[in-house]
Amino acid sequence: MASEAPSNKSLFTGFFLHLHPRTIPGETLRVQLSFGLGGMAAILFATMLLTGVLQVVSYSSHSNSAYQSIQQMYDEGSIGGFIRNIHFWGGNLLVVVTFLHLLRVYLTGAIDQTRRFNWITGVFIFILVLSANFTGYLLPWDQLAYWAVTIFTNMISYIPVVGDWLGETLRGGTEVGSATLANFFAIHVAILPSLLLVLLILHFWLVRKAGGLVQAETARSSEAVRVAAVPNLIQREAAVGLGLLAVLFIFAAFFDAPLADQANPGQSPNPAKAAWYFMGLQELLLHLHPVTAICIVPAMIIIGLVLLPFWQKAALSPGRWCGGKRGMLLALWSFIGGFLGALLIVVIDDRLIRLSTAITNKSTWLTRGIMPLAATIFFLMLLFVLLRKRNHPGAEALMSLVVVLTAFILGLTAVGIWFRGPGMILILPL
Amino acid sequence: MSRQSPVQEEKTVGKPRRRRFLNWLWGGLAALACGEIVWFAGSLLKSRRRREEKRLALKLIDAGMVQNYKPGQVIAITDGSFYLACLDDGSFMALSRTCTHLGCSVPWDEKQQKFVCPCHGSTFDRNGSVLTAPAPRPLDYFPVRIENGLIRVDISTPLRRGSFSVSQAARV
Repeated sequence: MASEAPSNKSLFTGFFLHLHPRTIPGETLRVQLSFGLGGMAAILFATMLLTGVLQVVSYSSHSNSAYQSIQQMYDEGSIGGFIRNIHFWGGNLLVVVTFLHLLRVYLTGAIDQTRRFNWITGVFIFILVLSANFTGYLLPWDQLAYWAVTIFTNMISYIPVVGDWLGETLRGGTEVGSATLANFFAIHVAILPSLLLVLLILHFWLVRKAGGLVQAETARSSEAVRVAAVPNLIQREAAVGLGLLAVLFIFAAFFDAPLADQANPGQSPNPAKAAWYFMGLQELLLHLHPVTAICIVPAMIIIGLVLLPFWQKAALSPGRWCGGKRGMLLALWSFIGGFLGALLIVVIDDRLIRLSTAITNKSTWLTRGIMPLAATIFFLMLLFVLLRKRNHPGAEALMSLVVVLTAFILGLTAVGIWFRGPGMILILPL
Repeated sequence: MSRQSPVQEEKTVGKPRRRRFLNWLWGGLAALACGEIVWFAGSLLKSRRRREEKRLALKLIDAGMVQNYKPGQVIAITDGSFYLACLDDGSFMALSRTCTHLGCSVPWDEKQQKFVCPCHGSTFDRNGSVLTAPAPRPLDYFPVRIENGLIRVDISTPLRRGSFSVSQAARV
C-alpha cells in the first residue's frame, strides 16, 4: 500500500477522511442536532481567507490613501467592491454563526470530559473571531471605523495597571492615526489568521478525538447504525456550505458594505458607536463604573465560559437540546426573561441617571460597580436555588442562568444598536 | 501496551543525568528564543514611539493676541486641535478637545455655553470641569504662555488633572 502512488480518487476521499472518520453514527447526521453551524463557520473562515488575500492586493494600508483605495474598489468595471462586500458581510455573519455554534454546543450538552478542552479552544476561537472583525473594522479609515476604534481603544485604557500601556501600544500613540492603522493591518492580515488556523486545526482534531459530534446516550449504548462519512456526511456538508455561499454571494451582490465619509479626527459623528458586537459592552459602560464594565464584567464572562465545563455535572444530557422538553421550555422562558429584563433595567436606570445628575465620582465604584455586581450574583443564586427546588436537575438550572445572562447581553446589544440615538439618548427606532 | 512498559520503567527510575541536563538546556534555549522575540517586538514598537515623540517635541502654536479675546469666549484652534478658553477673570486656558471618557472629539456648544460630548453625553464647563458624567475627570489642558501679548500654546503633551485650579490658566 505505502509504496503505491494513491489514485486520484483515494487522494480526494483520503484527504476528507482525515478530517472525518471513515464511518460516523447515523444519528449525528440529524440537521436539528447541529444545524451545520460549525461547518458554516469553517466555510466562512475559508471564504475570509480567500477574499482577504484578494483584497490585500488592492488595499493600501496608509492613512492618507486607505480610504481612496477602498473607494477605488467600487469603480466601474472593478470586481473589488463585490469581494469587499463578501468579506464584510461574511465576517459579520461569522460572528453570528460562531456565537450560535458556541450556544448550540453548550445547549446540546457537548461539554463533557472528552470535549472540555475543545470547548475552551472554541471560546478562544470566538474571541479571535471578534478580534479579527474588530481589527478589520478600522481598515477602511472612514468616520465609522475611526470613531469605533477610538472608543474601543479608550475603553481598553480603563483596565487597571496595564490599560494605558495596552491602549497606547495598540494605538501606536495617544491618538488613533497612521501607526494604529499599521498595527491593525498587521494584526488583521497576519497575526490573527495564523493564530486562528492553528486553533482551528486543534479544534477539528479534538472533535475527531471525541468521536465526532455529540450524540444521545441511548443511541451510543445500543451501538446505533454507523454510516459511511463519504458520501453521507460530505453530501450534507456540501449542501450546507454551497447553500450558504450562494446566499452570501447574492446578498453581497445587492448590498454594499457600509462606507462613511473619510475619517475626520476633529469631528465625532453623533452618535458615535462601537462596532455592533461591542454595543453590549458600550451600553454597559453607560450604566456602570468604567473599570467594572470594561474589565471586571468581560473577565468574569471569559473566566465563566472557560470554567463552565469544569462545573460538576454542568453538561446537559448529551445530544438533546436543553436536556429535554422541560429544559427547552425553561430555556425559552429564561431567554425571554433575560432579554426583557435587560430592556427594563436599561430604561429604569436611564431615568435614575437623569434624576441624579450629580453623580459624585468617589462613590460610583460602589453604587455602579460593586452593588450591581453583587445584586446580579445574588439574583442568579436565587434563581438557581428556586429552580433546584422545582426539581430541575443541576445542569438545567445552570443552563437557565447561562441563557438568562446570554439573553441579557443580547438585550443590551439590541438597545445599543437600535435604541440609542444622537447623544446616546434612548429613542424608539423608526 | 506491553511494549511501552520499559519506557515507563525508565521514567520512574529517572533519566540519566546528562539527558535531563540536555532537556533542561533545550527548554532554557527555547525560553531564551521566546524572550528574544518579545524583546525584538518591544524595541521595534519603542523605536516607533520615539519617532512619534520627536515629532511632537515642544510644538508651539500661536493662538492670536490677547486683545482679540473677550472674557467668556471659547475659540476652536484647528491647527493644534484644542480650544482656547478665555475665563471670566481674563485668564487663558488651552483645553484638549478629546473627551476624557472615551476619546470622542468634544464640540463647544455656544448656545448652552458648555462642551457637549456627542458619544456619551458628558458635559464640561468653560474651564473643562465635568458638569455631567460619565466623564471621570476634567478635559486635559496644554500649558499656555503669553509673550508680548501673543498667546502661545505648547501642544506636545496634554496634561491630566483631577480638578480645575487657577494655576492651570495663564494670565497677562
